[in-house]
Amino acid sequence: MTAHAVTHQIIATSSQSERKLFPIPGGVHPPENKSQSLNLPLSALPAPAKIILPLNQHIGAPAKPLVAIGERVLKGQLVASAKGFISANIHSSISGTVTAIEELPVPHPSGLPAMSIVIRSDNLDESVTYEPCENYFELPKEQVIAKIQSAGIVGMGGAGFPTSVKLGGRGKIEHLIINGTECEPYITADDILMQTYPQEIIEGVKLLAHLLGNPADVVIGMEDNKPKAFTALKEAAKGTNVQVVAFPGKYPSGGEKQLIQRLTGKEVPSGKLPSDVGAVVQNVGTVYAAYRAVKYGEPLIERITTVVGGALQKQGNVIVRIGTPVADALSEFGFKERQASQLIMGGPMMGFTLETAEIPIVKTSNCIIAPSYAEMPPVAPAQPCIRCGLCAEACPAGLLPQQLYWYARSEDHEKLQAHNLFDCIECGACSFVCPSHIPLVQYYRASKGAIRTEREEKAKSDRSRRRFEFKQERIAKAEAEKEAKRIARQKAAQEAQQKMAEQKAKAPPAAAAPATAESAEDTRARLERALASAQTRLESAQAKHAEAVAEGSDRVDQMAARVKQAELKVQEAQAKLSETQHTPTASTVDTNSDDPVARAIAKAQAKNAMSPLEKAQSNVESLENRLSKAQEKHQQALSEGADNASALLIGVNKLTEKLEQARTELQGLQAESLSSTEKPAAAPDDPAAAAIERAKAKAEAMASMSPKEKLENQIESLTGRIAKAEQKLAAAQAENADTVEALALGVEKLKAKLASTQQELEQLNP
Amino acid sequence: MAIVSISSPHAHDNSSVQRLMLHVCLALTPCSILGFYLFGLPSVIMFIITISSALFFESLCLKLMNRSQQRLLDGSALLTGWLLALSIPPWAPWWISVGGSFVAIVIGKQLYGGIGQNVFNPAMLARIALLISFPVQMTTWALPVDTFFEFNFLESLNIIASNTNIPDGYTGATALGHLKTELTTGADATAVLGSDFNASNALLGLSSGSFGETSALLILLGGIWLLIQRIISWHIPVSMLATAAILATLFHWYDPSQYAGALFHTLSGGMMLGAFFIATDLVTSPSSKSGQLVFGCGCGALDFIIRTWGGFPEGIGFAVLFMNALTPLIDIYFRPRIYGRKIDGTPKVYQR
Repeated sequence: MTAHAVTHQIIATSSQSERKLFPIPGGVHPPENKSQSLNLPLSALPAPAKIILPLNQHIGAPAKPLVAIGERVLKGQLVASAKGFISANIHSSISGTVTAIEELPVPHPSGLPAMSIVIRSDNLDESVTYEPCENYFELPKEQVIAKIQSAGIVGMGGAGFPTSVKLGGRGKIEHLIINGTECEPYITADDILMQTYPQEIIEGVKLLAHLLGNPADVVIGMEDNKPKAFTALKEAAKGTNVQVVAFPGKYPSGGEKQLIQRLTGKEVPSGKLPSDVGAVVQNVGTVYAAYRAVKYGEPLIERITTVVGGALQKQGNVIVRIGTPVADALSEFGFKERQASQLIMGGPMMGFTLETAEIPIVKTSNCIIAPSYAEMPPVAPAQPCIRCGLCAEACPAGLLPQQLYWYARSEDHEKLQAHNLFDCIECGACSFVCPSHIPLVQYYRASKGAIRTEREEKAKSDRSRRRFEFKQERIAKAEAEKEAKRIARQKAAQEAQQKMAEQKAKAPPAAAAPATAESAEDTRARLERALASAQTRLESAQAKHAEAVAEGSDRVDQMAARVKQAELKVQEAQAKLSETQHTPTASTVDTNSDDPVARAIAKAQAKNAMSPLEKAQSNVESLENRLSKAQEKHQQALSEGADNASALLIGVNKLTEKLEQARTELQGLQAESLSSTEKPAAAPDDPAAAAIERAKAKAEAMASMSPKEKLENQIESLTGRIAKAEQKLAAAQAENADTVEALALGVEKLKAKLASTQQELEQLNP
Repeated sequence: MAIVSISSPHAHDNSSVQRLMLHVCLALTPCSILGFYLFGLPSVIMFIITISSALFFESLCLKLMNRSQQRLLDGSALLTGWLLALSIPPWAPWWISVGGSFVAIVIGKQLYGGIGQNVFNPAMLARIALLISFPVQMTTWALPVDTFFEFNFLESLNIIASNTNIPDGYTGATALGHLKTELTTGADATAVLGSDFNASNALLGLSSGSFGETSALLILLGGIWLLIQRIISWHIPVSMLATAAILATLFHWYDPSQYAGALFHTLSGGMMLGAFFIATDLVTSPSSKSGQLVFGCGCGALDFIIRTWGGFPEGIGFAVLFMNALTPLIDIYFRPRIYGRKIDGTPKVYQR
């Protein structure tokens, strides 16, 4: 003990000379209780018969299981992979068989069960081969960080933040702070790690410093109650730029924010991250694990845990496989259950009680305490707050715990936030000193939870309110548009009536000339331009047609039709232009392109340009049209008993006659044309004919398709459509768009259709 | 092993309300013993009546409010009764003690909702209520007796039955009261104090005054012990005494014939007891350190002002009550700076 005290002294003086330390406010001095677990050397717990691997041993999203029940896995095999940016891989720490993937009790303050993979050992302890890496300083940094990521390394000091995320951070890092403080009473896991593996830790620090762009300030900080660890690290750090600093103990100086303040004097602004003040803090255990992951390719499958407490026969530190049930570790240390007042995972200040010893030791489990009743008697009942303010004195965050307590009790969430409840780090210093034994932190945790829920609900209701308002707005807009249209229609109708009345009053219809009259000159120029462009189009169409014919393309017919169309247009334009030239002084009404006369002329000319066959065809068509119309009129007249029924009947008869005539004419012409085209059609090398043949074949195929095939086709296209619709729906849901309902309805309809089609198909299939 | 599910922390510094209260009572023991020695058997009877009636009223209130009688053991009623006994005349009649306890416990504490809820220091509230209601009984100061048994038990009971039963020649004025009277008759303060005030007497407490307020030295000892035990912090006592001392010095320097000096003010009356035991009452003083400094300064300044220009020779009770009323306001304006935030509460900004 004297030697201990002497080294203690040395640390204090040497550290003071090396680095300026900054005070941290508040804090408490709980009894350290660290010596009892430092008497035994570090040992390894035998591989357990069964491991339980919770999918969420870290901050962030739970990992996604990669194994199936019954599957054999090896030690070090990836069994669950990180899901999302902030998540971590999980590896099996034994070889064996996956026996269950289910909700089990896990180490979490909430005490709620969570999804876990259970692996039963086959006692072979067969390992996958790891990929060592010697030249990690030469590899690209991303590649090294990826190694750390794939090894599932998370913050091992307690929080479990994925290490790779911290290393791949943003901004310039000035301080790399390695946290070996271990300010919680009882825990000595980091102490023993630093004593046992100082060289590896220094190598790990160098690795992390390299990954962070070699910050100017690289420091390992610890409380001055670890003289052996201090000297070991100091020795290992010789010749490097890694500073090793010890400072007087005070809880919670090992808190991330507090340690930054202690060593740099900087405070992480509220709501920001350490990287915002240029600092990255890593626990020594994390550094060691990250180093092994990079150098030896080892995934995080074991850690050092302190097993301590008066209800144990012996107390000490062990290397345990991740997933080992707490009960295994306890029985190894001679756990006397009847003497234990409770079971705690973590330290006495921030740890949580376990309801069963069947809970696994996870990546963040640094300590298991099995205290005797004398050590940690059952909590005294809370007494009224006497406003002593001792809590405010103890608070390292500078909060007013007593005020927060009153507001928490009255559920005044606004006041709680105004008093910065969310700056509370839940260190427990306030509860520790409270003479009334009020579980203050419990109140804060509950209030934080309630406020978070409230915020989420508010956000949700805000969203739906916005959606509703938007919908209302849209409906109102549509109504307004409808109304406006209605009014416009009404107005137009009135105007039209008025105009009609005016026209009736004024004899010459020309007086109602459109106001948008152009001058004759302009009109001619425009028409000339139209003619010119029509001509160029015709030329290009002709050229293309010629080309198509030459190439024997399928599009010959199409091109021919286009040429014809262009010709028509040219003729039309010519007709219009000539008319304008003939009557240069004509009123604008006559030169208007909508002029029916011009149209009629153009039509006539177009007709002239048609081949006799086409002419006949169009003739028949128009006659058929007229006939059907006349018949309709006649029918109507008959049904109404109108006088003109007989006159109409005569018209119908005449039209029928004309139609007959036209048809015979057409037939004659068709026969002629057939005989003239038969020869080229027979020629096998004629491309146009070939195209026609192909089209015909296709049509025939379509026609000859069995109903079954048709249905199958239909089903195929429906499935495609459903998939697309579902995709759209999912996107809409993700965006919370208004169309979700409509899309969902569409999908349903499509599905119904698909179902009925499938039914039809089934009926066809005997 | 009991299956417990409790929130962290699982460790505690073993403090309790009872421990706090009993520590304060222990710190009050020396000056109380001196009081017994100075004022004899009647003061013992007064002391017992005051404390037992305080405990009785506490118990009665707990019963009426359907609360556990266990709370009687938290020591708060004991301390309130004790402080009241220390701040009333040593031979105060029994009904002063009982009435004072009633005001302190029932009106001053339980009507507000019990321990921790009261706005005013219960003992000071009772002291002021008594002083205003019964000025004669509250200013009848016994002179130190020669021996503890100067009066036998029956005689002592008789004295406590009514202040009119106090034999002639056994009463006198306090130093503060004497100065006030002399000053109103136009006397020179230096002359009065030069002949009558003895600093070593005030320190040792060999003078008349409230039962426990006479010896500044013993009160100081108790107070320092509380500071060492971290039951109280230095902020209130130091700021309070310093403010009173500075003001007294300034005015004494300006006109010594009208104003007494710093030593007189800090050592006489209830200043010392108030600074260490009354103003530091955890319940009714501000919780932040800066707030406590303001509170202490206010108490010291007000006591000096009332003593110097007010109608009463002693103003400690009024001063503390006034500052008690301001405590909620002080608590709003004087808060510690939060980690990662500026003093106005907005997050810190680092230029990087």
